[in-house]
Amino acid sequence: MGPALSWDLSYDVQLMFSYPFIVNAFRAGTIVAVIAATIGWFMVLRRQSFAGHTLAVVGFPGAAAATWLGVATGYGYFGFCVAGALVIAALPQHTARAASAEQSAVIGTVQAFALACGYLFVSLYKGFLSGMTNLLFGTIVGITDTQVLVLLASAVPCLAVLIAIGRPLLFASVDPDLARARGVPVRAVGGLFLVLLGVAAAGTSQVTGSLLVFALLVAPAATAHKLTTRPCVGIALSIAFALLATWIGETIAFFSVHPIGFWVTTVSFAGYLAACLWRIVADRSGRSPRATAPSAAPAGARS
Amino acid sequence: MSAQCLAVAAPEPISALAHMFAHPFIVHALVAGTAIAVVSGLVGYFVVLRGQVFAGDALGHVAYTGAFAALAVGLDLRIGMFAATIGAGLVLGLLGGRSIADDVTIGTVFSWVLGLGVFFLAYYTTHGSTSNGTANVNVLFGSIFGISTSAMWATVAVAAVLVVAILTIARPLLFASIDSAVAAAAGVPVRALGALFLALVGATAAEASQIVGALLLFGLLAAPAAAARRLTPDPWHALWLAALLATASVWTGIAISYAAPTLPVSFAIMTVAAALYASSFLRRTRAAPAPWQAQASVT
Repeated sequence: MGPALSWDLSYDVQLMFSYPFIVNAFRAGTIVAVIAATIGWFMVLRRQSFAGHTLAVVGFPGAAAATWLGVATGYGYFGFCVAGALVIAALPQHTARAASAEQSAVIGTVQAFALACGYLFVSLYKGFLSGMTNLLFGTIVGITDTQVLVLLASAVPCLAVLIAIGRPLLFASVDPDLARARGVPVRAVGGLFLVLLGVAAAGTSQVTGSLLVFALLVAPAATAHKLTTRPCVGIALSIAFALLATWIGETIAFFSVHPIGFWVTTVSFAGYLAACLWRIVADRSGRSPRATAPSAAPAGARS
Repeated sequence: MSAQCLAVAAPEPISALAHMFAHPFIVHALVAGTAIAVVSGLVGYFVVLRGQVFAGDALGHVAYTGAFAALAVGLDLRIGMFAATIGAGLVLGLLGGRSIADDVTIGTVFSWVLGLGVFFLAYYTTHGSTSNGTANVNVLFGSIFGISTSAMWATVAVAAVLVVAILTIARPLLFASIDSAVAAAAGVPVRALGALFLALVGATAAEASQIVGALLLFGLLAAPAAAARRLTPDPWHALWLAALLATASVWTGIAISYAAPTLPVSFAIMTVAAALYASSFLRRTRAAPAPWQAQASVT
């Protein structure tokens, strides 16, 4: 961006919020951080982070096609991400579960093909080369009021559904077999969660870009999983980390020439590294005897 | 590019083909593309066999960052690409044996690496003396039609070295990939072989990102090899079939993009590769090769 950083902090903040585009960027970033951190916490628990990555990558051709057709990119993101989630949910469970060589080849081919289609739409829509960088790596300029409203309208029902299915989802994620035996519709809950994940990936892509969704969707949640095994505290921590990463990232991006994607990934990666170090130190000093167990298991055992 | 549109107007298929080969950039693209496709097919077969497609994805991200780090300090981007991907491949291979890293850690690290690439991109475009605006697109999605004669020969030479290297370690690598415990017991240095292999994947990634780009190269590694594995149970046949299918994808992709210049060449190559893989599912699913079968051809 342009404005130089003075050493008067309150003046800087005032200056920053005097630009309407940065106000919208903060609104959008806050909505996205909350939804991504909450759904990301369950995604890390369910070990579905590559599904989240795939959904985000699938959003890129959607956004590029929307630009080419002259529609708002948000519709492309949401349409393609949710459709992708439905396809993954419809795949047979055993292929989704087994981490076979065949499966990773399928995912890799689908991702590469999705990116290639996005490139096709970008080159069909001539003179859009800088716009492509924004689609892939995020931008803080040009978020409209309508876009913020669309994000809000997608986030609120998403969170409501998540709260409604929260307990069975937690149960099904920790021990699917036991949950099935107790009458939880594991398959339906998992499919519904994938759709929520699609919505979250679509929202996150609009802030960090399609390629860097891990920064908001995975890193804050993984950091929270490193620090605590309790679901409520973990989700709260995850939201706090995501908000911090977004706000710090957007502030630095405003005062520097570098795109927001770099700053958000750097802040959230630094947080994750710090949490890993803290975990190692805590294990060494033997303060928490449970720490050696994988974070997922005790979380469910207690709930 | 207008020359292409003129050439398409030629009515006869034969003369259209002759027109196509009259352009030096097409010949360069075909020669370099063939060399890269053979390497990608051979290396990709082992990548798929070992379930390391995501390592290919990660090395693509590293190639992007390496390219822009080199451009930012004023070096040729290929130097940065090869140094970064080979180094990252070795590190991945040496760490991989300990299984300390889960998918979350790997994903977060490589997401940050890509973010770093964006940092170098911004540095390069704002501080660079030459405003090379298309560099970003070229590195992300490849630029095979822009390859020069010297770059073509460099590509072919590197590809030849890589083919010799992968064929040299192919036999023990196949053994180690199919059953690492037995291979280790038989005296195969499994861990060192894995690290060496990932370094080769890194060099292949740097090679392949010149034609299909850093984002799509793992598709070129995965799709032809996975299709070959579905078509034949014999590992050696599948290895060469993978190279053949990759070459066919590149040739067909270049021809399609030449005939219809609105289609980007890396999109055409990726589409052909994905279509080949998809059509391999039409074939009646065969059982995976029995362990004794695969090992019999190794020993």
